[in-house]
This record gives sequence, C-alpha cells and structure tokens, in this order.
Amino acid sequence: MEAVKVTDLHKSYGDFQAVKGITFDVHEGEVFGLIGPNGAGKTTTLRLLATLLEITGGKVEIFGKDLKNEAPEIRKIISYLPEDAGAYKNMTGRQYLEFIAGFFIGEKDPVEMVKRGLEIVNLDDRIDDKVETYSKGMARKLLVGRALMMEPKLAILDELTSGLDVVNAQGIRRIVRNKTREGTTVLLSSHNMLEVELMCDRIALINDGRIMEMGTPKELKEKYSANNIEDVFVEVVR
Amino acid sequence: MSGLSRIIGKEIKELLTPATLIPIIIMAVIFGSLGSAFSGVTEDIDEKPEFGLVIDDTGNLSSVARLSLVTNSVITFDGSSLEEGLSRLKEGSIGNALVHIPGNFTSNIESGSQGWVEIFYHKTGTGLIDLVQSSLVLSSVTAMSQDISLRMISNDMTAVPEVVISPVAVYSTTFLNGNEMSGVTPDQIDTVFQSSGFVVPIIVMLVIIMAGGMVITSMGSEKENKTLETLLTLPVKRTWIVFGKLAGATIVGLIMSMIYMVGLGYYYSSLLSSATIDLDSYGLSLGILDYVIIGVSLFMALLCGLAICMILGIFTKNFKAAQTMTLPVTMLAMIPMLISLFSDFGSLPSWLQVVVFAIPFSHPMFAVNNLMLGDYAIVFAGIAYTAGFAIVMMAIAVALFKKDILLTGRIRNVNEKGKFRNPLRSMLRKR
Repeated sequence: MEAVKVTDLHKSYGDFQAVKGITFDVHEGEVFGLIGPNGAGKTTTLRLLATLLEITGGKVEIFGKDLKNEAPEIRKIISYLPEDAGAYKNMTGRQYLEFIAGFFIGEKDPVEMVKRGLEIVNLDDRIDDKVETYSKGMARKLLVGRALMMEPKLAILDELTSGLDVVNAQGIRRIVRNKTREGTTVLLSSHNMLEVELMCDRIALINDGRIMEMGTPKELKEKYSANNIEDVFVEVVR
Repeated sequence: MSGLSRIIGKEIKELLTPATLIPIIIMAVIFGSLGSAFSGVTEDIDEKPEFGLVIDDTGNLSSVARLSLVTNSVITFDGSSLEEGLSRLKEGSIGNALVHIPGNFTSNIESGSQGWVEIFYHKTGTGLIDLVQSSLVLSSVTAMSQDISLRMISNDMTAVPEVVISPVAVYSTTFLNGNEMSGVTPDQIDTVFQSSGFVVPIIVMLVIIMAGGMVITSMGSEKENKTLETLLTLPVKRTWIVFGKLAGATIVGLIMSMIYMVGLGYYYSSLLSSATIDLDSYGLSLGILDYVIIGVSLFMALLCGLAICMILGIFTKNFKAAQTMTLPVTMLAMIPMLISLFSDFGSLPSWLQVVVFAIPFSHPMFAVNNLMLGDYAIVFAGIAYTAGFAIVMMAIAVALFKKDILLTGRIRNVNEKGKFRNPLRSMLRKR
C-alpha cells in the first residue's frame, strides 16, 4: 500500500491557484521531499495533506483513507509540523508533551508517548523550563519530539530546519532519519536543496504549483548531468 | 520629503486603516441615533407638563392656584372627585401626575400656615427620562406657589413672613408597580434605581470586553505561533476545540464576574443602608431567585459575547490584528450600557427597544431594574433569546472552524469550476 497517493490535486485561494494539479505517491517507510522556492505550493500541499485545508479538486489517499471523507481517521495516523511553529509559551517542555499526548488517550499510551518524546527532545533539565525561555533550536527540537513521539504512520514536516544553525539543523535531521528507520513515513518540504539531498529517498521538484520532476536524487542528477539537486532544479525551471 | 514627514506619512498610513475608521464611524452613527431617540426628552422639557387637577378648596387662593396651573400646564383632568382623578391617573389616561388642592388650602395660608398640596405620581419608568417628566410637574407647582406669594404681597395680606415666601407645601405619593408609596417622590425612587441599576451594566460591559478580548487575542496568538495548526491536526473534534475554548473563556469570565459581584454586594449593602426610602418594604428588591436569574442572564450574554469573539477571532491573522477585532464587541457592549444610564427598557421608543433587545448584552444590564419591578417576562424572554443567539453563534463558529478561512482569514474561495463561493453561504447550504 502507498503511504500517500495524490492525484491531480488542485487548490485555489480566490482567483489565485496555489496548486495546479499535482500527482505523486509516497511509498511506505520512505522519506519523500517536496522541494521548491518560496511560494511554489509546498506548504499548501502539506497543509492539504495534513487535513488543514479543503481541497479544491483532485484526490488524496493516506494509507488508503480518503482525505475528503475520512479526515478524522487520517488525523489519528499523521503528525504535522508547521514551518516556524511554536509551542504554548506558558507551559514547560514536559507539560507541552503531556498536553499533546493527552489527545491520544484511548488510541495510544500517553505515558509511553511522553517518555519517547523526552528521549527525542533530549533537553535534560531544561525540559522543565517554560517554553518561552527556549532558544529557537530547543523549541524546534521540542516540536520535532512532539511530532514524532506518537509514532505516526506519516510525519508531515514543513521546512524542518528552517532558521536553525548548522549544528541544530544536523541534530534534527538525525532525529528524523532515525525515526524513519522505526517505520514512520516522512513527507517533508524544504527549499534547502542540500538538506533534501541528504535526507530524502525520493524528491519532487515543485514550482508555480506544479511538479516539474520526480525521482531519487541520484536519478535526477544523472538525468540532468548535474552535481547537485540545486543544479537540477535550476535546469528544470529554466 | 523630509525624514519627519516620511515617518508621519508612514504612521498615518499604518494607523488610519478601514479597521480603525469603520468602528469609529459606526460609533458616531450610533451616538447620532441615540441623540435623536432622546431628543424627545428635550422637547418635553420645552413643552408644558400634562397632569390632572382636583381642587376641593373654594377660597380665593385656590383660584390663584388654578389660574397659575392652567397657565403653566396642560390640565388633562379638572374635577372635584379625588377618587375619580386617582383612578384615571392609574389608568394612565391623564398623564403621569395628579395635583390635589385640599379644602383647607386657603384657610391654612390665611391663618399663617402653609397650604398643603398633594401630588400623586404614576411612575411608569425608572430612567432619567422619567425623572425629567415628574420634575416638570413639580416646577408647575413651584410656579403656582410663587404666584400665590405675589398675590399675598400685592393684596398686602398679613401673614407669617416664611409663609409669604413659601406659601405652599407639597406632599408626594408615588404609585409604582401597584405600590402606593406615601411620602415618596419619583426622584427618590429614581435615585435608588439609578444607583443600583448602573453597576450591573458596567460589570457586564467590562466582563464582555475583557473575556471577549481574551478569546480573540488567544485566537490571534494561536495563529501567529501556529499552535492552532498543530491543534487542528490532532485527533480531536473541531467542535470540542471550539467548545473547549469557549468554556475556558466563560469560566474565566464568570470568575471575573464573581469578583465584581462581591464588590457589588458590598456596594448594595452600603447603598441600602444610606437610602432615603426602603424599597424592600414595597417589595421592590432582589431576592435570591432574582440573583440566580441575573446570573443566568449574565452567563448567556457572556456566552454570546464569547461566541461572537470566537467568530471574529477566526478572521484575525495574528496577535496585532486581534487587537482591532475586539472593537465591534466593545461597541455592542457599550450601546446598551449607555442607554441603560438614561432610561429603562420600558421607557424606550419601540424601534430602540428592538435594537436593544437584539443586542444580547442588553439583557443582564436591564435585568436588575426589570426584576425589581417584577417584570419577569421580559427577563425570561431575554434569557431565551440570548440562549438561542449563543447556539446560533456557536454553530457558526464550529462550521467556520472546519473551513479554510480559519487559517487563511480569507472570505472567498473557489469551487472546482473556478467560480467564487462564499464559505459561509456554502456552509449554510450544506447544513
């Protein structure tokens, strides 16, 4: 079964078409990257798949569940990490993880979930400090921990390391990569071509609401005789 | 263009937006409308007061009194039977007052005592407007007293100097809500009603504005920090998110109200101890059941306010935008509060009654006076209306929570055929 099956997906805001009929599949257990410049339609696509926005046209299936008709069921198996997301500032890191885990009572064991979250976050004593005192890197680690602690079947991560320094970005990439080995399928977006090349099994190049190319980084580099994905992208959009 | 003018231009452009101007314009229109609604009062002041007159005295000074009253007033009933006059007064067919000059009026003054005049008031409202109407009657009687003084001086009547200066003494009786309040003037009643009635509207207004502001800024903050996006992708019904937010804000609002109410309790006890009349002895006070009803009315109004704020919060994009979003609710809370200072609900013009009734925050504001006067029907109707209003607002909030507009803040959307659709209309169509 495909983890994600997107067919001719459209999304419009007023007379502006953000997504213009994209089609792609994400295989179970892989890391799939949507890459493209700002405003290409990456975030809109991820928000659509995360059940946040209504689709204007097309069809989306996540682990066989129809996005339009089974959104509540899909929310039980996905986890979404928005770009530049924050946590509730008046909570401590631990309280935040406990708050989120509470929504899964009856579905999963919240105690185990928080334990797993704490391991991923790895903030030591700072986990009991208020979120408002966290640095950007610490806050992002907390949110990644939140997103992965429930062991979602599909993790949708928007601009995973946006705004982070090299060390923090590398740490977070490592966390995500490790979790995929435990069975989580990852769909991420980035405008950082290097990050995508390092993390993704397959990628789709998206520009102006359309998918321009799709394949493994190796395949695409060979096809366009390019040294890296950045060069591939420039060739594709030219 | 200098640096200073550049900065001024930028600031004006940033601050003078439709979001800041429109509420001010609406407020100006509302004040204008209120002005025209209350202009009738000013006209009443310019016009002669209307009341009934019963003269039992046959002395020459009662003739002076009659001439003075007829000159300065419109006599709607001129008879010799006090019973008939009182009966007509209570029916409301002769205005709001009846002046009675007893049989010993002239003889008392001639013997060096003041002549007593009885004024019977039929009080139908408790606002400042009603106070104006009753004071006009008293002015006519005062003018009558002055005319009698002049007559006494011009006729060189020998009397006690104090009596020449003030020959008439007034004894007032007020009929209110089936009670005969002997020795009580309408303004004494109004003072107590105004003192007790103005506190609740202010509390309601403050609580609505503060709790409503919390809901809107919470939405703005959740959007800005994108915690809302996280919340919306968790396995929890959107309905519970809306109800959870509303319930949280309602509890905080009620805690705020209770704190205010404690202050109000002390205010009442100190007020009643210093009041010149004991309304309690006439059955014009609040019992425990009345306080419960006020609490329910306040709760319903609070729920309406918070549901409206939740809807406004859906349209807000961030914390800053949320600040201006509170203005419509602030205005809606201020209108009935201002009106309640000038008049009670029953004394308002019909069109203004409709407007005031339609604003859900009005009902707890007018509830205190209505309950004191025993007008339970209007209070219960208000509670039923606000309950219905709150349900509709919450249903709209829940429906909007399932729409793109929650995240985009955009009103319009496009369907598969590329045609514009209004999310609210399409949502209602689906329902």
